[in-house]
Amino acid sequence: MVAHARRDHPDEACGIIAGPAGSDSPERLVEMINAERSPTFYRFDSAEQLAVWRWMDDHDEEPVVIYHSHTATEAYPSRTDVKFASEPNAHYVLISTREPETAMVRSFRIVDGEITEEPVELTGDELAVQTYKIGHTPTSIVYDCAEPR
Amino acid sequence: MSVEVRIPTILRTHTGGEKIVKGDGDTLSALFADLDTRHNGLSGRVITGEGALHRFVNVYVNDEDVRFTGGLDTALNDGDSVTILPAVAGG
Repeated sequence: MVAHARRDHPDEACGIIAGPAGSDSPERLVEMINAERSPTFYRFDSAEQLAVWRWMDDHDEEPVVIYHSHTATEAYPSRTDVKFASEPNAHYVLISTREPETAMVRSFRIVDGEITEEPVELTGDELAVQTYKIGHTPTSIVYDCAEPR
Repeated sequence: MSVEVRIPTILRTHTGGEKIVKGDGDTLSALFADLDTRHNGLSGRVITGEGALHRFVNVYVNDEDVRFTGGLDTALNDGDSVTILPAVAGG
C-alpha cells in the first residue's frame, strides 16, 4: 500500500486488500486505477471495479481493506471519504505521503457517516511503514508488511 | 421477460438481505420502477429525484457501464444481468 502510494504521488493511489468473506483477514492486494488521476480525489475505474468485485464474488471474497492515499494532508478520512464510504464491513486505510521520508498509515471503520479509528498492528518488514497510530478499540487488524507474494 | 439484479451489501436492507433479485422491464428505468414495487426505496438509492442515475452509483448491464450505453434508457433483454455497485471514491 505504501509503495503504491509513493509510486503514484502526487496523485492519490487507491486499491483493496481482498480476503475470504467473513474472515476479516486481508490477504490479496489489488492496486486499482484512480480514474480521476488527481492529487485531491480518487475513484475506482468502473470497469475495473466490476471485474474485481465479480472475481471476489465468484471466489467468496470481499474487500477487507479499502485503501487510498492523501498526498498533502494527514491520514484521516476527509468529508468526501465519509460521504462515499459504501462498504460497512471494510477497514478504510489511509496512507499519507505528505512527508517524503515518513509514511503514515491509519485504519478506520466508516459506517453511517461515523468514523471509528482502529488499531494497526505491524508484522513482517516493519521498516516498510515508519509511523502508525496505536488505537484503543478491542479488535485489531494485522497488516503484513513483507514483500508482496 | 426476467432480469437478474445483483444488489450490493449496502442496499440489501431494501431486499430483505437478498444478494440477487429478479425484475422485469424493457429498459433500466422500467426495471427500477418494477423493483421498487417489491423492494421499497431501492430505486431511490440509484436514481435521483430528477430521474437521473446517481453520479456515485455504478450500474452495469452484463459487463457494460450503462453511462456508456444510454443510461436509464438502456434496453434490457430476457436473461440480462444487472449489477449495482456504489462507486468507491473519496478525496
